[in-house]
Amino acid sequence: MSKAFNEFIRGITKDNPIFALVLGLCPALAVTTSVNNAIGMSAGTAFVLVGANLMVSALRNHIPSTVRLPIFILIIATFVSIVDMVMEAYTPSLYAALGVFIPLIVVNCIIIGRAEAYANKNNMFYSLIDALGIATGFLLALVTIGGIRELLGTGQIVVFGQMIVNIPMITPASYMILPPGAFLTIGILMAIINHRRAKKLARGE
Amino acid sequence: MVEKALFAIFMEGLFVKNFLIIQFLGLCSFLGVTKDTKSAAGMSGAVIFVMTLASIVSYVIYTFVLVPLDLQFLRLISFIVVIAALVQLVEFVVRKNIPSLYRSLGIYLPLITTNCAVLGVVLLNVMNEYSFLQSLVFGISGGLGYTIVMVMMSSIREKPQFFLYLLQ
Repeated sequence: MSKAFNEFIRGITKDNPIFALVLGLCPALAVTTSVNNAIGMSAGTAFVLVGANLMVSALRNHIPSTVRLPIFILIIATFVSIVDMVMEAYTPSLYAALGVFIPLIVVNCIIIGRAEAYANKNNMFYSLIDALGIATGFLLALVTIGGIRELLGTGQIVVFGQMIVNIPMITPASYMILPPGAFLTIGILMAIINHRRAKKLARGE
Repeated sequence: MVEKALFAIFMEGLFVKNFLIIQFLGLCSFLGVTKDTKSAAGMSGAVIFVMTLASIVSYVIYTFVLVPLDLQFLRLISFIVVIAALVQLVEFVVRKNIPSLYRSLGIYLPLITTNCAVLGVVLLNVMNEYSFLQSLVFGISGGLGYTIVMVMMSSIREKPQFFLYLLQ
């Protein structure tokens, strides 16, 4: 059981998709204008990640290795189509806010990366754990970026219609929810994390 | 919907809705292949080619196959297959004719398949209900806008001493 737990934690820390593997940056920058969008995007990605990891792991002994990538992409595209239709039907406002990025989950490098690097070699149970861990890491990263941008850009954080934080500011830095804010936020966060990692390595050796 | 002028679409693809820095599509290659200008330019050339062809082919498939058969929900799967086939084609051509470029592009050439910019162009064409000419223009201008940003970024990264000199 402890191995399973370690695999789960690994997805959040050592193999964090955004800050450690640097995969799937497009959605991390584009839809993190608010915490709400970040959560919606992570939920969609998590569903596809879990579904694709389970499916690839279940079929791993039947997929010929020469054509494995097209098969992975078709499996992923199937799950993305499901998410696309479900979100359009049940959460239309979220669907409108995320726009083209829901169908673009299909080309999110995280998912095909996990299918190739993990699910293709491990059994279904560990593939599920791996998918859950990576999805949680993705969620935490997106919510962090989205939280910083929404707080600095509008002075408040609203999640599902509930006001969580409200700091009255005279002039919110509205450029934080525009594209430059995304690059600034992720650049500074990555710099901090890499600096800490370098210090840790220096102390370890 | 009012028909948009082709020139307006062209400027949108090039600057106003630039794929890399406004819409955040295709960032993997933006960070990965901009270490020197030569491979950035090569990658951009391949992306322009794939984007333009993908716009044309996916328009034809969507309008003449998927819509008449009422199969729009298969659009994602069919577009990704079209793009994968086109990328394979580009790979053959580049490997045969420009082997040095093929080596410097490395893993990023097959990765055009999973470049969000290419699939993004195709999906945005469908979402905005562009006609054939509009799709074609959006594809070309998107590719050109990508090229401009890639070349600028790689020039900045290639000559850091110039910027250090400015800072002194």
